[in-house]
Amino acid sequence: MHLEDLHAIAQQQQEADSKLEHILYVCTGTACQSSRSEEVLKAIQAELKARGLEKKCAVRPGGCQGLCARGPLANLDRGKQLYQHLTPEDAPAVVEALDGEPPARLQLDKQLPFFTRQVRVATQGGGLIDPNDLNSYIAAGGYTALLDALMHKTPAEVLQEVVKSGLRGRGGGGYPTGLKWSTVAKAAPTPKYVIVNGDEGDPGAFMDRALMEDYPFRVLEGMTLAAYAVGASYGYIYVRAEYPLAVKRLQNAIKQAQKQNLLGSNIASTPFSFNVEIRLGAGAFVCGEETALIASIEGGRGTPRPRPPYPAESGLWGKPTLINNVETIANVVPILQHGSEWFARIGTEKSKGTKVFALSGRINNTGLIEVPMGITLREIIFEIGGGIPEGKKFKAVQTGGPSGGCIPEQHLDMPVDYDSLAQVGSIMGSGGMIVMDETSCMVDVAKYFMEFSMAESCGKCVPCRVGTAQMYDLLLKISEGRATLNDLALLEALCDMVKHTSLCGLGQAAPNPVISTLRYFRDEYLAHILEKRCPAGVCQMKPEVMEVHS
Amino acid sequence: MSRVVTLKINGQDVSGREDETVLQVARENGIEIPTLCHLEGLSNVGACRLCLVEVKGVSRLLPACVTRVSEGMEVTTHSERLERYRRMIVELLFSEGNHVCSVCVSNGHCELQDTAIQLRLDHIGMPYRFPVRQVDASHSRYGLDPNRCILCTRCVRVCDEIEGAHTWDIMGRGINSQLITDMHTPWGESETCTSCGKCVQICPTGALFIKGKSVAEMTKRPDFLPYLAMMRNRKNGS
Amino acid sequence: MSKKKIATIWMDGCSGCHMSFLDIDHRLLDLADLIEIVHSPIVDHKDFPPDVDVTLVEGAVSSDEDYEKILKVRARTKILVAMGDCAVSANVPAMRNRFTPKALQEAVYLAPNMANPQLPHGTVPILLPRVRPVHEVVKVDVFVPGCPPSNDTLFYVLSELIHGRMPDLSDKTRFGA
Repeated sequence: MHLEDLHAIAQQQQEADSKLEHILYVCTGTACQSSRSEEVLKAIQAELKARGLEKKCAVRPGGCQGLCARGPLANLDRGKQLYQHLTPEDAPAVVEALDGEPPARLQLDKQLPFFTRQVRVATQGGGLIDPNDLNSYIAAGGYTALLDALMHKTPAEVLQEVVKSGLRGRGGGGYPTGLKWSTVAKAAPTPKYVIVNGDEGDPGAFMDRALMEDYPFRVLEGMTLAAYAVGASYGYIYVRAEYPLAVKRLQNAIKQAQKQNLLGSNIASTPFSFNVEIRLGAGAFVCGEETALIASIEGGRGTPRPRPPYPAESGLWGKPTLINNVETIANVVPILQHGSEWFARIGTEKSKGTKVFALSGRINNTGLIEVPMGITLREIIFEIGGGIPEGKKFKAVQTGGPSGGCIPEQHLDMPVDYDSLAQVGSIMGSGGMIVMDETSCMVDVAKYFMEFSMAESCGKCVPCRVGTAQMYDLLLKISEGRATLNDLALLEALCDMVKHTSLCGLGQAAPNPVISTLRYFRDEYLAHILEKRCPAGVCQMKPEVMEVHS
Repeated sequence: MSRVVTLKINGQDVSGREDETVLQVARENGIEIPTLCHLEGLSNVGACRLCLVEVKGVSRLLPACVTRVSEGMEVTTHSERLERYRRMIVELLFSEGNHVCSVCVSNGHCELQDTAIQLRLDHIGMPYRFPVRQVDASHSRYGLDPNRCILCTRCVRVCDEIEGAHTWDIMGRGINSQLITDMHTPWGESETCTSCGKCVQICPTGALFIKGKSVAEMTKRPDFLPYLAMMRNRKNGS
Repeated sequence: MSKKKIATIWMDGCSGCHMSFLDIDHRLLDLADLIEIVHSPIVDHKDFPPDVDVTLVEGAVSSDEDYEKILKVRARTKILVAMGDCAVSANVPAMRNRFTPKALQEAVYLAPNMANPQLPHGTVPILLPRVRPVHEVVKVDVFVPGCPPSNDTLFYVLSELIHGRMPDLSDKTRFGA
């Protein structure tokens, strides 16, 4: 496989497509599949066949169109017409309206801010690539970056592009990706490893799932570029087993790439070899922490260990290891395709590029979006997200999952970037964004996240193992109207202590949902404690017979 | 031979080898830092978090047992904040299990109890959790009372690293973590246990004990460990 | 100077702390001019009086009777002392916490070897679901761990409190002492 071969494949595809009058991509991501999009796809194909129109219109499985709330979605002729709420029964209507106007209930306005305000980098291609087909990816410009790098660039040059792009880790920490790569590149040339972290486990987060499902080849290509840049010859994609579709598509992508010599020994007849294996997570949130993830790949218990040494120096099997999140890796290919300067122009001074967010909770446009860094929360929630349903009042947005915090109305005009979010007591996190309205109780929200952290604590260090359980008990007590101000003081002392003494990020960040809700919604805590009342009407008061002193 | 570095611990000038930890250098200089999971001769896991210290220029607290000394480092081992955190850690441990000192075989010879005294704890400010845990008395010579276990994993490590049997391990997650033998089979039926008793001798509390000992009679003798570890290193030529 | 009003109460404990208290022995007489024991299991006094200066509490909070008692005592006492491990940590009485009160009563009162197996009704205090240390129910001012604390320790605590000082127990007693 050479660059010329890629161009030939792309050209063939384009020629074949040009003979068609229409191409319809039906979203086959997990969300749309769960509302029968595969049946929709088959029904439309059958309808076309029945009418003898297969040569006129092709129907293909595509990736996520973003607006999951309106699924199943489909995209006709690269955005000329968008369809929503499709059912298999709608197949005749869709086919009949190929050249005309489909029924209004099926039309999705492509001019919605939801679509026009997005900037696609990690999700470039907009879901109009068949995730099962390498040729479809190549037709969209896939693998040119890798082959160009292998033929014309040194590993150091590839690395420099990433450094110059200013890309920062999208898994939550925001560590400069180029710096991480450099550290691994500099390490002694023993076997080195590249790991892609797809153990996305935050409640309300599905960015990495979509990227792996929709663009499995981009993940592989980005990973291979990373391996070339740092001198690694073996890689692992660590995917949680709860993402069966992502696993299936990645496995298929690995097979196809190997077949075309885009993965494996002497890739594209160059001296560079790189193999990839998928490892499934067994359902432990803590395995998203890099040292726990490494322990899990090695076959041990998924528990973190103190750093340093960092995986970049001593990681998998004690060897230098590069670990990047799925979204970080998905940005690598566009950076090398379009150049670091192009990438660095998107976003803000210190947070360059875009961020993929999963919008959920009390918001009209539940779904997946990619927006430039620096956009405000208000724009995301009220323009792109379409605001709060049923005319309810916005209360807070939770970012960063169980490690993040709740941001209230007063900070909605703040730009979304790593540093601003940290300033208001939350984190960028991996991209989950849960919107809450006046019907949410913030004590209940804090309790929910603490229950999650308690259940997902690995149990290795004392502050996280016992501290999260004690904090959960206290939050339960507060939510049931059994707590005193002493309990609140103990809760705050525990938050401070667990944050500063826990071994890994899970424990260190576990108090964040409590700290941020106490910071902005202390009055709600006090109402539960002093007035035995839940202002949002969510918590059931269960005053105990045996009261505790105050 | 590794380089010698000079550093300050609590304002005092001290020196240590580059490959030594803050904990080692502190103890060589008579500065006591409390620990529970650390034991000389075993690998360090940094799990109990009692040995956290402040290092100038580092915003995070660092566990002394796994932090290497470096030139010009300035370490504080005792401060109001560190003492407060340490007391809370010990309180969490007491609240987690069922530690009834008055009827425990290790009363008076218990590292958890000693640490509580050292930190001047006169009561536990966290609500007791009173877990339900079963005693394993199936072994002919030894017993396991998980009510007294603090999950320091010393037994897991000594069994794996020194005895080479790996009979002990941890099962479950978070607050439901528990010590098990083999694949959670009774200790007495373990096919890997050599009954060497090392785990009993290095257990900091009365969780592992010799059968037949009554209240306060179970004294532990972990002194063998550094010698065994040293001999093993010699043999391996390191 | 008026005499300090001292009281002691006994909840769920073995009375060992009171035995240790009595072991203060003749030194108690030395304090006689300074204190007046207004309520105690060892003196005949029915109701708990108001305005007590110091109350020594033995035992954990285990029954409805203990619970009501400790609330009243707290309200009527200036300095509340948790005397001994049962008061401080719930100690041995809390070992029943793994069972429900019902299972416990059935195991004890309906045991097969009982002459006349029957559950008590109305005659004994109702067990709370969980035995708890005193400070989890009311505010405690001084903690004196020990099972039991030695007579010297208790004498020291009492002497200090009578003279208006807070005792420092860090090198005098401990859990399980």
